[in-house]
Amino acid sequence: MNHSRSWRGRALAVAGLSATLVLAACGGGGGEAGSQQGSSSQGAQAAFNAASTSVVNPSDKKGGTLKFANEGDWDTLDPGETYYAYSWNFARLYGRSLMMFQSAPGKEGNQLVPDLAEAAGEPSDGAKTWTYKLRKGVKFDDGAEVTSADVKYAVLRSTDKQIFPNGPAYWDALLDLPSGYKGPYKTPNMNTDSAIETPDEYTIVFHMKKPFAAFDYLAQQPDTMPVPKDKDTGAKYRNSIVSTGPYKFADVQPGKSFNLVRNDQWDQATDPNRKALPDRIEVTLNVNADDIDNRILSGDLDVAVTAVGVQPAAQSRILQDPNLKANADNPLGVRNWYTSIIPTVAPLNNIECRKAIMYAMDHTAYQTAYGGVFAGGDIATTILPPSVPGHADFDLFPSGPDHKGDLDAAKKSLEACGQPNGFATNMGYRAERPKEKATAEAFQQALGRVGIQLTLKPYPQGDYFAQYCGLPPYVVKNKLGLCTNGWAADWPDGFGFLSQITDSRVIRPAGGSSNMSVRIPEVDKMLDQALTELNTDKRNQMWGEIDKRVMEEAVIYPGVYSKSLLARSKNASNIFVTDAYGEYDYLGLGAQK
Amino acid sequence: MFAYIVRRLLWAVVLLVVLSMVTFSIFYLVPLLGGATPETLAARYVGRAATPETVHLTAEKLGLLDPVPVQYWNWLKGVFVGASYDYGAGVEQCPAPCLGYSFVTKQPVWPELLDRAPVTISLALGASIIWLVAGLSVGVISALRRGTIFDRGAMGIALAGVSLPIFFTGLIALAFFSYKLRITAPGGTFVPFSENPARWAYSLLLPWITLAFLFSAQYARLTRAGMLETMTEDYIRTARAKGLPERRVILKHALRGALTPVLTIFGLDVGLLLGGAVLTEKTFSLNGLGKYGYDAIVNQDLPKILGVTLVAGFFVIMTNLFVDLLYGVIDPRVRLE
Repeated sequence: MNHSRSWRGRALAVAGLSATLVLAACGGGGGEAGSQQGSSSQGAQAAFNAASTSVVNPSDKKGGTLKFANEGDWDTLDPGETYYAYSWNFARLYGRSLMMFQSAPGKEGNQLVPDLAEAAGEPSDGAKTWTYKLRKGVKFDDGAEVTSADVKYAVLRSTDKQIFPNGPAYWDALLDLPSGYKGPYKTPNMNTDSAIETPDEYTIVFHMKKPFAAFDYLAQQPDTMPVPKDKDTGAKYRNSIVSTGPYKFADVQPGKSFNLVRNDQWDQATDPNRKALPDRIEVTLNVNADDIDNRILSGDLDVAVTAVGVQPAAQSRILQDPNLKANADNPLGVRNWYTSIIPTVAPLNNIECRKAIMYAMDHTAYQTAYGGVFAGGDIATTILPPSVPGHADFDLFPSGPDHKGDLDAAKKSLEACGQPNGFATNMGYRAERPKEKATAEAFQQALGRVGIQLTLKPYPQGDYFAQYCGLPPYVVKNKLGLCTNGWAADWPDGFGFLSQITDSRVIRPAGGSSNMSVRIPEVDKMLDQALTELNTDKRNQMWGEIDKRVMEEAVIYPGVYSKSLLARSKNASNIFVTDAYGEYDYLGLGAQK
Repeated sequence: MFAYIVRRLLWAVVLLVVLSMVTFSIFYLVPLLGGATPETLAARYVGRAATPETVHLTAEKLGLLDPVPVQYWNWLKGVFVGASYDYGAGVEQCPAPCLGYSFVTKQPVWPELLDRAPVTISLALGASIIWLVAGLSVGVISALRRGTIFDRGAMGIALAGVSLPIFFTGLIALAFFSYKLRITAPGGTFVPFSENPARWAYSLLLPWITLAFLFSAQYARLTRAGMLETMTEDYIRTARAKGLPERRVILKHALRGALTPVLTIFGLDVGLLLGGAVLTEKTFSLNGLGKYGYDAIVNQDLPKILGVTLVAGFFVIMTNLFVDLLYGVIDPRVRLE
């Protein structure tokens, strides 16, 4: 519903109604939703969590406007630097990367399909070299055709970490860049063919330092979206992006809003992956999070773009109202909230003491600390969440039928590690995160049942990895046996999920690594081996084996596979969750008005 | 009077420079004294997979490797003569007053402040007019009808207004008036005055009323107390004895005498609001200075924090100067020297 009716008369009415501010306004949501529920466009498909596995309100109708809102500012719209899942999901509207996640519901959304490229990458030289052929006829929004040089430039500019410090750093680490290369701004004349070659306008060849069998995942990153060199404005490009997708930018107001309108240079014939249904997409930034929820529930807004889930006030409304609940979804994210059990701190250098923690902890308390079944997530027993290919269901440390811990097994482990009466250690968590504080308290209470005494230590989140829990000497000196942690993969693949949290070689003495506890040389070798395996199914199986091997060492206590409660738009069509991002697929959405 | 104003303005400049030094010290120097290094400071502004080299490059780019006095001097120089900024593909000149570039968004701070100031000014001035009129009116009537149902009811509502936090009343008001009744604008739909004055007023009506509800309470109580005091003064009895109309006695003589404390509070309140009504802007999703400052603090974006602090300080200083000048107009006994 719009607000185009006369506002003058209403303004006068409001002055007289100001005394009615004391009236409760929170009720009545069911009535509003009820009237929308009856519409035939949603019909029988409206059910709780329906969009996680199927398309709700399917339609191919073109036209209309979709309205998005972000409770904060966008990290950046520059595809070379953006580093949030929602932004990668959204960027496919205005940019085309070499590969992309298929716009399809559920697990199908995890499939990589060629986007700017004609087909998946061709490996050679033992998976150290990857070649892509670009589709012909793809254009920028100014009419210039996209060439391989534009893709090369896009990738190389993203390696300048002084101009783009926030983006992913895979290219810097993996490409065989020449020594001393500092990006195209500082070293524009350096020959970079050792890293990326463009033998012709439609061919691009990547050379890696080491074999990398999962290269197509790198190729789906937004930093492969082409950037024309003559239109590049470095750190300011975020406000003047040249589009290759079905939409281009209009009216960008940094920190406030931006709109996407149809890109008349986009050719459907070159793009089998997108339907481009709405005519216009409006995005408002820095909107109050509770207000976003109210507006979606009232039909004034379509999508809360960050997909972190509704706020507690809206959550209780939705879960208590059958009509609202039928139009909500609870997708699994690609994130695991877990706790590191650090083996460099005695007595946790003894595996049996670590196992005692694994058995004694109350898993439901962990889930409750994170917000319960809907807002927290599902109880985790593995490192890889179910939405990541390679996930295997296993539970090496069963916590009883009620998931509250197996105290007998815990006590046996304590005896085996020579601590029959328990022991004392410290637990770190990020002070600004109430859920982590609640998690630490849950650990304190649960482990206290078997005599393991925890002293809780809050640390500022800005320095948590660099100065505290992620700094190995500090951890040992301050006897931090446990530290809350969490990881979301950059993409739903074993490498994306496991490399930064299970490879011991990422642990730096100077701190800063997300891997606080996994130092297993065998696992390092398994990771390297997996990256040489070109068969996807076999590679995924290897990721599962790595998961299990790490869990055997009891250095990670998996807490919850994160979930979020999302409210569906009353205006949007083709609503479905993609497992690639654990969010509504922004590419597929249409608008009814 | 002119000399007084010039003196106050010169002191304002001195105060702002001192304010900038204190703010700079708090955010740039104190962390270093607490054991942080330029790299640990820079680590806040890089991505999660940043290497130590990236952190060092970022520290260099943000000027954090320079000694703090040098950083301050570079910043101060930018305020008066401008600065340049390397954005990779080129160098941009940041004309004076250049308050630096955001560590997070890489945007120049001064234009962003200018862009957001009208929102906060609109919110503060509109709400202040409403709360002043409402507060004075209710206070005067309550004083004249002391002990009546109106007096008790008005003071009761005033108590509710000052007790209920804005993020409560604001969200309730939005949910009821904007999304249920659909008679006021939704959150985050500010329209600049220059674009459409009527829509500007419509987009701010609910924030004005909600904010005014919060403030008018204390103004009603202050006015009531002041009126009750001045109504017992001899000059009021004299005015009545001389046969002046009651309305003139109350509005020209009694109210004027009661206005001094109201004005003092008003100057402080408006000054602080002009620096940013954080809660109101956050509740109604208004991109004003308050929200800008809040986001700057959350993101530890030091140039923005510095910029907002200076702007807020400027407004407080200027509104207090204005109030002091107004004293001389309202109260003939006050001579500004």
